[in-house]
Amino acid sequence: MIDLKDLTIKKAHDALKKGEYSVRDLCQAYFDVIKEKNSDINAYLEIYDDVMTQADAAQKRFAEGTETLLTGIPLAVKDNILIEGKKVSAASKILENYTATYSSTAIKNLQKHNVVFLGRTNMDEFAMGSSTETSAYGITRNPLDRDRVPGGSSGGSASAVAMGGALAGLGSETCGSIRQPAAFCGLVGFKPTYGSVSRYGLIAMGSSLDQIGPMGNTVSDVKILHDALSSYDPMDSTSVPLNSRKEKKESMKPRRIGVPVECFKGEGIDPEIQAAFSRALDVFRGAGYEIIEIELPLITYSLAVYYILMPAESCPF
Amino acid sequence: MDLKDIDKLADLARLEMAADEKEQVLKDLTSIVGYINQIQEVEIPADLVPVYDLKNVMRSDVVTNESGEYTDRLVRDMPASQDGYLKVKQIL
Repeated sequence: MIDLKDLTIKKAHDALKKGEYSVRDLCQAYFDVIKEKNSDINAYLEIYDDVMTQADAAQKRFAEGTETLLTGIPLAVKDNILIEGKKVSAASKILENYTATYSSTAIKNLQKHNVVFLGRTNMDEFAMGSSTETSAYGITRNPLDRDRVPGGSSGGSASAVAMGGALAGLGSETCGSIRQPAAFCGLVGFKPTYGSVSRYGLIAMGSSLDQIGPMGNTVSDVKILHDALSSYDPMDSTSVPLNSRKEKKESMKPRRIGVPVECFKGEGIDPEIQAAFSRALDVFRGAGYEIIEIELPLITYSLAVYYILMPAESCPF
Repeated sequence: MDLKDIDKLADLARLEMAADEKEQVLKDLTSIVGYINQIQEVEIPADLVPVYDLKNVMRSDVVTNESGEYTDRLVRDMPASQDGYLKVKQIL
């Protein structure tokens, strides 16, 4: 019996490497959870029929000694990311029978590591929504409280991970669709900087804003996935060439975090969330970070800008 | 905007809409137009300098895949096809 509760990519990797269990065993453990919970939660729309074949390919990498941190890691994939030969519907009846004609670059980048894709997850139809209630295939429930929404649009991937039905997941975000469901489900979600992860093979919503990104139980898991997803891709015209990326890997100084105070004042924020946010700032202060209040005077207009740009870009499809 | 505008848009989009749907769409579209008004209020300070390091991404307009590379896979998913073309009902 594998303890999935506190499992991380690193821990699973170490166990697979030591042979404490096989990739098949790990996938089976997630299958057991999915079988028990998915009919109620509706996180997955489909479990792929070749999971154990993928598991065997990953196991072979361990046998050969060519494994990476991500080899054999079981992932949930949002239903708008193309995997050649597999159905992908963006949770719409319009694409009910569409089989992907090619694989997205994000998927190809992960396939290099022989991760295991368990299945495709529910979402708001065409990624337009923030509750996973607008899917043509029914609502997804929040595993932490089944009377609540999991957030969205990547609510299926968030619920899949939160219910223990995958070690981590892939979502996509135009404005909030990774981070918000991750927050609702108690996970870490990361929207990569635009241009760092290829959009090739992602069913578009707002092309000047869309990014594929990771969702997981820990910051480290999300970082490991992002490092694998991020690449320069000539097939995405707004992919940023590696030599133009301002990565500050060498120096993490100054350890300074800017907090836009406008975003955390005013109406609409639950006092419980306010308090949690303050506690989070204290955690960072305790870890040696300096917290600086910054002003973004035009931030109040960001919603208006978004609701002009997004419908203009997403209407054409 | 009023219901006449919605009628015109529905006609252009070849959509049949019930009266209550038109009311809802009118409400949604009015709020989007409201966002444009909100943006127009903004006064940009004269000394504001954009800090973005933007570059144009240009390339020649050439086909990068082989002709017919995806045809079979796409045609296979269609309910009807003929000679590599997709068959749909006449719409015009």
